[in-house]
Amino acid sequence: MFTNILIYFVVIPLVMLGLLALCQNIKQIRAVAVVGSLGLIGLSVWVLMEYLGIRAAGNEDPMLFVDSWTWFAPLNIHLAVGVDGISIAMLLLSSIIVFAGSFASWKIAQPKEFFLWLILLSTGVFGFFISIDMFTMFMFYEVALIPMYLLIGVWGSGNKNYSAMKLTLMLMGGSAFLMLSLIGIYYHSAPEGGQLTWNLLEIVHNDAIPHGWQSFLFPMAFVGFGVLGAMFPFHTWSPDGHASAPTAVSMLHAGVLMKLGGYGCFRVAIYTMPQAAHELSWIFLILTGISVVYGAFCACVKTDLKYINAYSSVSHCGLVLFAILMLNETAMTGAIMQMLSHGLMTALFFALIGMIYGRTHTREITKMGGMMQIMPYLSVCYVIAGMASLGLPGLSGFVAEMTIFVGSFQAGMADYLSGAGSLRLVFTLIACCSIVITAVYILRVVGKLLFGPVYDKHHLELTDATWWERLSTVTLIVCVAGIGCFPNFFNNLINFTFKPAIFSVLGMN
Amino acid sequence: MSPTIPILILAIPLFMFIFLGLCGKKMSHLLAGVLGTLGMGTVLVLAYYTAFTYFFSGSEMFISEAGERLQYVVFNQTWLQFTHSLVISLGFFLDPISAMMLVVITTISFMVHLYSLGYMRDHHGVFEKGFQRFYAFLSLFSFSMLGLVVATNIFQMYIFWELVGASSYLLIGFYYTKHSAVSASKKAFIVTRFADLGFLIGILVLSYYTGTFDFTNLTSVPVEGIANTYHVDLSTPTAVLGVFQSSAAPMFMGASVLTWALVLIFMGGMGKSAMMPLHIWLPDAMEGPTPVSALIHAATMVVAGVYLVARLFPLYLMETSALEIITVVGALTAFYAAMVACAQIDIKRVLAFSTISQIAFMMVSLGVARPEYHEGLGYMASMFHLFTHAMFKALLFLGAGALIHAIGSNDYTEMHGLRKYMPITHWTFLIGCLAIAGIIPFSGFFSKDEILSAAVNYGVWVYVWMSLVAGLTAFYMFRLYYLIFWWKEHKVREGHHAPHDQPWTMSLPLIILAAVSCVAGFIPFGEFVSWNGEPYDFMAHFDWNVATVSLIVAVLSILLATLMYRKENPLPAKFKNAVPALWDWCHHRFYWDELYMFITHKIIFNGICRPLAWFDRHIIDGTMDSFAYLTNKASGAVRPLQSGQVQMYVWIYVIGALLLGGITVLCLI
Repeated sequence: MFTNILIYFVVIPLVMLGLLALCQNIKQIRAVAVVGSLGLIGLSVWVLMEYLGIRAAGNEDPMLFVDSWTWFAPLNIHLAVGVDGISIAMLLLSSIIVFAGSFASWKIAQPKEFFLWLILLSTGVFGFFISIDMFTMFMFYEVALIPMYLLIGVWGSGNKNYSAMKLTLMLMGGSAFLMLSLIGIYYHSAPEGGQLTWNLLEIVHNDAIPHGWQSFLFPMAFVGFGVLGAMFPFHTWSPDGHASAPTAVSMLHAGVLMKLGGYGCFRVAIYTMPQAAHELSWIFLILTGISVVYGAFCACVKTDLKYINAYSSVSHCGLVLFAILMLNETAMTGAIMQMLSHGLMTALFFALIGMIYGRTHTREITKMGGMMQIMPYLSVCYVIAGMASLGLPGLSGFVAEMTIFVGSFQAGMADYLSGAGSLRLVFTLIACCSIVITAVYILRVVGKLLFGPVYDKHHLELTDATWWERLSTVTLIVCVAGIGCFPNFFNNLINFTFKPAIFSVLGMN
Repeated sequence: MSPTIPILILAIPLFMFIFLGLCGKKMSHLLAGVLGTLGMGTVLVLAYYTAFTYFFSGSEMFISEAGERLQYVVFNQTWLQFTHSLVISLGFFLDPISAMMLVVITTISFMVHLYSLGYMRDHHGVFEKGFQRFYAFLSLFSFSMLGLVVATNIFQMYIFWELVGASSYLLIGFYYTKHSAVSASKKAFIVTRFADLGFLIGILVLSYYTGTFDFTNLTSVPVEGIANTYHVDLSTPTAVLGVFQSSAAPMFMGASVLTWALVLIFMGGMGKSAMMPLHIWLPDAMEGPTPVSALIHAATMVVAGVYLVARLFPLYLMETSALEIITVVGALTAFYAAMVACAQIDIKRVLAFSTISQIAFMMVSLGVARPEYHEGLGYMASMFHLFTHAMFKALLFLGAGALIHAIGSNDYTEMHGLRKYMPITHWTFLIGCLAIAGIIPFSGFFSKDEILSAAVNYGVWVYVWMSLVAGLTAFYMFRLYYLIFWWKEHKVREGHHAPHDQPWTMSLPLIILAAVSCVAGFIPFGEFVSWNGEPYDFMAHFDWNVATVSLIVAVLSILLATLMYRKENPLPAKFKNAVPALWDWCHHRFYWDELYMFITHKIIFNGICRPLAWFDRHIIDGTMDSFAYLTNKASGAVRPLQSGQVQMYVWIYVIGALLLGGITVLCLI
């Protein structure tokens, strides 16, 4: 079992949990968190290198490092792992955000318990991304969701009980749909008389889900994951949840957990049920298209920094699901890039908001102003995050959005010219409008919060970032700029080095 | 040509930006400024070398045996791959107009770097706060602008287009503690972003049909036998037109799809080049430091729209209706801006509207250019005017900066009579005014005349209209000139110095630019720039009738301005009172800003965003909460059944048993 490299993505967090339980003081806790998350970054880079090496040698399996260990034989449940370029991108993202998040919670109260839950959450996240067995995938998914309740309820701020309850209940509601769908898939996973299976690769290989069932199960799976991907109208947990969550939890949640939704839609809903995806994508296309502009419009009037950013996440994550539903290679590649990009920049945003809130004790932009004079470092970082968010070339947002728009436009025009309706085209154009609305709300915040005269004279005494805050933000900024300047590396990783199997399943070659 | 020098042209400003941005705070103000200026000086030398090599080396890569100037792709590196054919590359493209732009950008940028060493200090010579940041942003801008003009494909252009927008945002908002500067920078970014949306969709449409972003695949054909070399040929755009026409849906809402694409791309140009109705950001952009206005908002970035149309000109020739739209937009903007410029008080605003008007001249010139009239004279005239305008408008802005620096205000009402105190500024400013007014032999005369000659061939109404605008130009420039340098000077307040000329770092750029403005008209531009690279004799197309008429118009306008504004007299007030509405509309810029405020605040912000946010909180979220509420209520309703009281349970048991027993008995009977 321990010869498979992927299993260490779960083993390292578990070891961290054990060590954390033994820790006596804050220094030991920090040491465990930092060493462990560095280990995870190292591991993801190692997997990346191995992966590229194996692909370069001409291996064309849909997934690499595939392994499977029986867990519960009567239902054929396995712990099955395997990765392709897309999962590796997600693993990299998660490990970077866990690293940055550890530094962002350097001074948290009750650190031991906090880190225990945080690391448990990341165990779920990593487990989810390496799994290819739907059952274990779902299990890890739940492992990632539950700690959120406690993390928000105990360490949160504001109306935290309400938010924690709301977030957990809504996501659990999504999980209910999801579980129904997964069980449905399981019972149709093999042709008559065949061995039923939870393994995604086998399900796709069998291709046995009847058409009628697909049109029932696909929407359930998509909604189930879509709730976590903040799809309109199931997004309302996001503003409240993010607003109440402590910094590192917001970072991890918006940065990684919301990607579970997009990744799940991609990996489970569309991969296993391509027929239904082709037929029913229009429903969700409308919903996600609405998310994109709706979130952006709502962000324009909010005055709480976290609410603004949460609505901005609704818009950006909406774009992820939107692009996935285009069922077009370029757009789907863009969706993965957008997941990476949004994960990094929104984590950066939440980290900065947490740092500013920790100093000013307010998140209302109407009660702050002129931060550039008081804390130039954090303000400059905020401007960079904002620029990434509104799609400035050279930062990650631009490449992701452009890939999505080019791909969606191609899908839309192909539909339009072949007489298949202009829905895709129209919604692509609507989604394009988000680049303007995003600029409006980002610049509004930047103008009010950072520029202008100092609003509150008490703020003049505040200090700029500490070294751990600098480390946390610099890590994220370097990654954001890295993707923005060298997008083709990730583009190749996701798409060109090896065409993901999903593309051929959808008949897109 | 080896790619080393082109790479350095782009890399040095980028490096300077990163270096000054990261380490600027640790070095002295002067060192940062000098480093930035030296860096730009190096780029200037390299760019001049590149342009000189391109135009004069006679290498087969740059000029064919027949004397046709070629397009040369120095390098082209894949940056982002969408599909197998759709690839964004970053590269370096040399052709007549990009070589010319290299010269313009580096010249003005270097002048501004040098000038700012003197300008960005107070009267005691203390550097302004954020001086290093200023130079870092200037370097970022120079990098972006250079990247824009050497773009090998339209997406590279879009990338750098966005970057110049961002650097413009940062520089307009340089004085970030001032509310007006912050909102001006925001406005500039959002308005141009809106225009860029059109540009982006235009690119998407164009690339969907043609399957390429490369300019060379859209407008030119490769030269046989020489790698990476192309020449402009109408056969390629004709083929592109064919692709559009043979598609399943060649028309969309009454116009061809190609026209739509070209007009949408032009919309991007309208935003950056401040064409009506997307011009509203440029006057406000004057909130930035004056050298920035000279560099970005007069000479380089704002002509990007003209450059974009020129770059795709062979494609525009395929759909002349797009060119007609450009002509109309340009003509309306030119007139509007000239009218407004006559009624502004802030000298930078006058210059800003003058810039809008002059760029509109270039647009009109492109719009009326056709190969059949004088071998596409309009194209050459547009580029020529771009060149001369960059020089004299930068001169005027830097002169205005010197005045503002000396007086401490932007209003001409606080200036008056400065010719005695600031002779260098006075003479150089006068040269700038003469050049823009189009007085022989200053540079503006020649370039404007070419534009009018091109217009006369296209249609008499365009010619008459643009001549009128040219007259207005001469009038408002000399109005400004007299109001600043003539009239009776204000008394020097006690404890203040009399205004005086500036240090050499500020004077030198003025003198150089003034000298260029005097002689640039004699450059035989047709030898270097033409729409298809074929040089032609510039004087052969010079129409002395047009020249004479425009000269007379200019002189008459100047005389009128002299009459009204040389000394304080009641004429302007009389005129103002005779047509109060006209003056009012011009002074308030035809209320465009108010209209936009209404649309953005009342309609979009209060009419869409607020209701949506309310809807989200109360309807969508309310529904979710009501589920929780209902569940809660339902559980509350059934909870009394499980009260834990034994008596209660017994009662229920007894009643239940009796009921069941009764039902059983009833059934048995």
